[in-house]
Amino acid sequence: MTSLTATVLPVVGAAFALALVLAFYRLLRGPALVDRVLALDTLYVNALALLIVLGIGLGDPVYFEAALLIAVFGFVGTVAAARYLQRGSVVE
Amino acid sequence: MSPMPPWLDAIVAALLVAGAAFALVGAFGLAKLSDFMKRLHGPTKASTLGIGLSLIASMAWFAWHGGFTGREFLVTLFVFVTAPVSAHLLVKAAMRSEPSAAPPPRPGRDG
Repeated sequence: MTSLTATVLPVVGAAFALALVLAFYRLLRGPALVDRVLALDTLYVNALALLIVLGIGLGDPVYFEAALLIAVFGFVGTVAAARYLQRGSVVE
Repeated sequence: MSPMPPWLDAIVAALLVAGAAFALVGAFGLAKLSDFMKRLHGPTKASTLGIGLSLIASMAWFAWHGGFTGREFLVTLFVFVTAPVSAHLLVKAAMRSEPSAAPPPRPGRDG
């Protein structure tokens, strides 16, 4: 007997992958630089979610290390890019 | 490793589906809406909620299967703290590059 979660997992993964594609479309399309930075931010959030779904599917908690790393580096990257767009330099 | 009881199985599956739906709606808004200030709503609110629901589902799953370490909780906390900060910084950057995107001054106030 297969569980409901195992049945639903591929659909959930596909939904997050589709969200990745939509964010990537905005990343390529622009038009402004802030749009691209926002699309990159969305990309890393959805990649994190996809990693978590993969972790549940494989039953391996080690994927949370990768998810935590993506969360930290994605935030740092977004802040650096936004500050650069705002004042022309990242650190004074 | 015993299989999950049906009620926990249903809760985890429902949380996962709801999280994926919210993330999909957020990304769809990012791709579809017309203006940067409108586009900002999708990823900052819907996607954050979506990933929060997925992380709660994952916490429940690993709590039953015995791999719970609290890292999921750390990721949840981190994402929910940093999403508004990065959104705020992006809005400030957008207002600098395009001053017309800034909100009009409040009525009844000078400056």
